[in-house]
Amino acid sequence: MKDNISSSPILNIVSRILFAPIIIFGLYVQFHGDYGPGGGFQAGVIIAAAFILYSMVFGIKKGETLVPIKINQYLMCIGVLLYAGVGVVSIFLNGNYLDYNVLASDSSSGQHLGIILVELGVGITVATVMIALYHSFASFRIKDD
Amino acid sequence: MNFLIINFFLISILLLTTFYIFKTTSLISVVALTGIFTLVCAAIYVNLDAVDVAFTEAAVGSGISTILMVMAVAKLPEGKKNELLNLFPSILLSVSIVIVLLLIITNLPLLGDPNAPIHLHVTPEYIKESKSIFHIPNVVTNILASYRGFDTLGETIVIFTAGLGVIVLLTSNTLNRKTKFKKKVKK
Repeated sequence: MKDNISSSPILNIVSRILFAPIIIFGLYVQFHGDYGPGGGFQAGVIIAAAFILYSMVFGIKKGETLVPIKINQYLMCIGVLLYAGVGVVSIFLNGNYLDYNVLASDSSSGQHLGIILVELGVGITVATVMIALYHSFASFRIKDD
Repeated sequence: MNFLIINFFLISILLLTTFYIFKTTSLISVVALTGIFTLVCAAIYVNLDAVDVAFTEAAVGSGISTILMVMAVAKLPEGKKNELLNLFPSILLSVSIVIVLLLIITNLPLLGDPNAPIHLHVTPEYIKESKSIFHIPNVVTNILASYRGFDTLGETIVIFTAGLGVIVLLTSNTLNRKTKFKKKVKK
């Protein structure tokens, strides 16, 4: 498996067509997690799957220009910081750590806001970690010399 | 009745898959069969009405981890791909685990028993009050993000740390440094 660039036109076209719908489905799972099955973990994996498909079909080089390694690593940290930051903000608003009731004027919309932000943090971290895992596996070479 | 028939069917597929995982000698087929195994597990969770768990199992278990395992197998040197290991220790371990599980199984509550300890502790409270407190219909999301926010923060940090570890271990710069270091030691 050299750089696994596929020359097959079928794979090429199908992955071009599927790329956007997979991401839209991931976003649906992310933001519909309050009402149906889903949430940050699943959505992160689905969004990562779209980028991994792109890297598999068009080669790791193109995948890395689509999601640069530096930006990916920053986003990994931003996800965790967003989650932890929600907790810190609720401390500053005279609540307990990760107490979403104080985030908005009434407790119900506060819970909604808190849960959406927290799930977003989880989703960003999971998606970028999965992309980083794939990219480091794919560009890994065992040096013989 | 339908539930039982579907469950029986799925579990027999699981057994069949396990048998072929045991029988096959090529690593890439083992990876593919493990993907099938987790997908059937996801179907069993759907049958048990645990849709959230099934979703995660299908996305993570049979999706991403299969791809990562395929990548790992592709990176192995040619000669090691179909090497047969000594199976005796793993057979011994599996058989002893099966014996322990069979001894315990009589003490477990029946499937779907409403008086099982797991259904009597905090679950009724969560199901009753979570809608009126949080105004969010999905109880799983309430438990995940609100009742157990700390747990989920911990899980996110675990995933982050795992990704960090893999990047540090597999990025080519670190690897080069290591090999150079080894050469220096040999000299």
